Amino acid sequence: MMIRKVGILICIFTLLVTGSSLAQTPKKGGTLVFGRGGDSVGLDPAYETDGNSFMICDNVYEALVFYKDESTALEPGLATSWEVSPDGLTYTFKLRKGVKFHDGTPFNADSVVFSHGRMMKERKIKFFGKGWDIPKQERPPEYWVSMEMDNTIDSIEAKDEYTVVYKLKRVEAPFLANMGMDFADIISPTAFVKDPGGFVRNPVGTGPFKFVKWIKDDRIILEAFKDYWGKARGPYLDRVIFRAIPENSVRFLELKAGNIHICQFPNAADIPLAKKDPKLQVFTQPGMNIGYLGFNHKKEPWKSNLNLRKAFAHAIHRKAIVDNIYQGMGEVAKNCIPPTMWGYNKDVPGYQYDVELAKKLLAEAGFPEGKGLSEITLWSMPVARPYNPEGLKVGVAMIGDLGKIGIKARVVSYEWGTYLKRQREQPEDMDLFQLGWTGDNGDPDNFFAVLFDGLASPAVRTQWHNENYHKLMLDGKQTVDQAKRSDIYKKAQQLMYDEVPVIPIAHSIVMWPGLKKVQNFKLHPTGSVYLGSVWLQ
Amino acid sequence: MIGFIIRRILVVIPTLLGVSIIIFLMLAITPGDPAELLLGERATKDSLEAMREYLGLQKPLYIQYWLFLKRVAKFDLGETIWTRQKVSREIMERFPATIELAVFAMMISSFLGIILGMISATKQYSWFDYSSMIGSLIGVSMPVFWLGLVFMLLFSLTLGWFPMSGRMGVDVDLDTITNFYIIDAILTRNWAALKDALMHLVLPAMALSTIPLAIVARMTRSSMLEVLRQDYIKTARAKGLSETKIVLKHALRNGLIPVVTVVGLQFGILLGGAILTETVFAWPGVGKWLYEGVVKRDYMVIQGGTLVVATIFVMVNLIVDILYSIINPRISVK
Repeated sequence: MMIRKVGILICIFTLLVTGSSLAQTPKKGGTLVFGRGGDSVGLDPAYETDGNSFMICDNVYEALVFYKDESTALEPGLATSWEVSPDGLTYTFKLRKGVKFHDGTPFNADSVVFSHGRMMKERKIKFFGKGWDIPKQERPPEYWVSMEMDNTIDSIEAKDEYTVVYKLKRVEAPFLANMGMDFADIISPTAFVKDPGGFVRNPVGTGPFKFVKWIKDDRIILEAFKDYWGKARGPYLDRVIFRAIPENSVRFLELKAGNIHICQFPNAADIPLAKKDPKLQVFTQPGMNIGYLGFNHKKEPWKSNLNLRKAFAHAIHRKAIVDNIYQGMGEVAKNCIPPTMWGYNKDVPGYQYDVELAKKLLAEAGFPEGKGLSEITLWSMPVARPYNPEGLKVGVAMIGDLGKIGIKARVVSYEWGTYLKRQREQPEDMDLFQLGWTGDNGDPDNFFAVLFDGLASPAVRTQWHNENYHKLMLDGKQTVDQAKRSDIYKKAQQLMYDEVPVIPIAHSIVMWPGLKKVQNFKLHPTGSVYLGSVWLQ
Repeated sequence: MIGFIIRRILVVIPTLLGVSIIIFLMLAITPGDPAELLLGERATKDSLEAMREYLGLQKPLYIQYWLFLKRVAKFDLGETIWTRQKVSREIMERFPATIELAVFAMMISSFLGIILGMISATKQYSWFDYSSMIGSLIGVSMPVFWLGLVFMLLFSLTLGWFPMSGRMGVDVDLDTITNFYIIDAILTRNWAALKDALMHLVLPAMALSTIPLAIVARMTRSSMLEVLRQDYIKTARAKGLSETKIVLKHALRNGLIPVVTVVGLQFGILLGGAILTETVFAWPGVGKWLYEGVVKRDYMVIQGGTLVVATIFVMVNLIVDILYSIINPRISVK
């Protein structure tokens, strides 16, 4: 009897396993239409800055290292392996063999030297073969500059056909993660040299899809690259069409009508409708971002009154903001990096919403019931950002919360470019400001150092000057071992909790509805949209 | 006649110069830094400086304007800031879409508008007159944005008669020559594409035509009413001519003169791009492009785009003036 039961169970188990694997076997063919909010600006990865451009680059190009599915851990990409010298200053990449660009030319070390070398200010590069004359830089490569690559890389050299060596000027732990970013994608030098000006609208890479056609403000068409090296990875789709449908509600209607397969950035109100619709599914991924409320650290009382900053942190009802303004598409932030990132310190308690405690702290700060503090300004963003859907509404909610402990405040806003520019100057008429950040490469340094280490550079937007924190940041950059770095950043988070340089508000959650028949589509924390492994049922 | 046309074309030059100066000054006094907008939160001091230098933002304003004029004199509108493409090329890629939509919308609104206005005038104070005039009042005040969504829900999602948005279905392939899809489809004898392009035009053209339709209908009505009260119409009636003949042959021709002005002006406005209609219907036209240029402070787009739109507006007005003399030979162009 027992044996029979076990036998039946084994049979059922086997059936389930084979059944589910049968159901999961990717099907080839079909066209996927991706509905998005806007058109791409350009398709040369070195010069783009916007998600809609990178989205195409994600499928047409590849980088030396890849981010793993749904995480920012690294895995081999166009490089199969890499070695870091003990002093952390030399990176040697072994490249994948048998990879072709869409124009049929081979991928090799020289194409890597070309792709990255063209972005260098002083080109210390060496080709293995004949190489190419790289045309003069027309325009600053924005990401290369803002990731400070010129201060990091000293030289790039092709040692042999499949080996590239990067010599660094300084130890820079996030270097490898940077190599996975879009700006570091490898392009076909032959295609670029043939028409340097036109490359931006005729991209040629090694990715699973090759570029076919671009109808401005309407659609970009890609088709499967027949000679793709990673056959096990895909692509399964014959064609991919990226359609620009600017109006959120129209995009959602097109999805409901089945005319598009995935709808990017829907209105928050449409998410419950999508969840109820039997034809639709909702792809969800915590965004790699942080929206925060900063203090003007160039100015008193914010600069040195810790109790005052703490009082504000406890006065603001962040959960109410996330529930009502993010409409559930977000989570309250404890730290300034999202919980999905390595190095996140979950032991930091986070600031509880507590009006009485806030009042007490305010009194200890020397402003009982807000007395002695004149009306303060709270700068709020005029535009929706990935980390904050409605800066102005959030600002108004915060003013209400501050009012409860006796603080008078008003919302101030400017046109977006002016906001960014004036905020950087930390003007006298700014007390508090809202801002945020979307991570580039999944390295904690890309949040903690870039955003909060005011001693590192006057361009850091929060201008918090703390010696201990600065030391931690330098340590983090110069330690190559990830476990050790993780400890460093955990300490930094505790220090931030104690010192309240900013109040972390929320991390947004990305939710995109799509048709049920779309299989294996995974949103990525970096915001990249990779369709190479997607198939249609 | 030819002298008149040449004079009118010459007048265009100072007009456009004025337009460009106004646009340039407006750009100079409105806040916003294209470099900051391009780089966003992640701008560093180095990247900002490099970008400003590349964009030539450090140069004094009058130098920037002078450089702009020099380029325009050579028929070169420069390159856009964001897409790094020739402005002229960007316009040429989008103008056909705008023209196609504007022509269709104007065809609907002038045809229906004139008929409605004419009937209303001949049957003044009838139920038809009241309802068509109330209808046109609603048409003028209806937000295109809302109307577009209603059209989509009704005619596309529910009834499935017309495609919802865009200029052509994703499964239709068309080799573009002129970028006017209808012309290209005819030239390449691609009848499937022709049908698809026409079907895609219906909803946006309907939404876009409501306001001009209402204006044309009201204009036709009042102008016809005035003409119908004139002595020569009385004479015609006394002669025993049929009412249809009087209206169509004698009244309409004179009654249409102010209507032609209105149609011309409306057409000129539509050619400047209909931002809302283009946005709602994902129509890749010049209006949305210009609007985005303003939002992103892409002054190359704004300068080049407004210059071209202004030129076309002036040209349409010129054509209207010439049309006058054809409709009514008593008006001579001097």
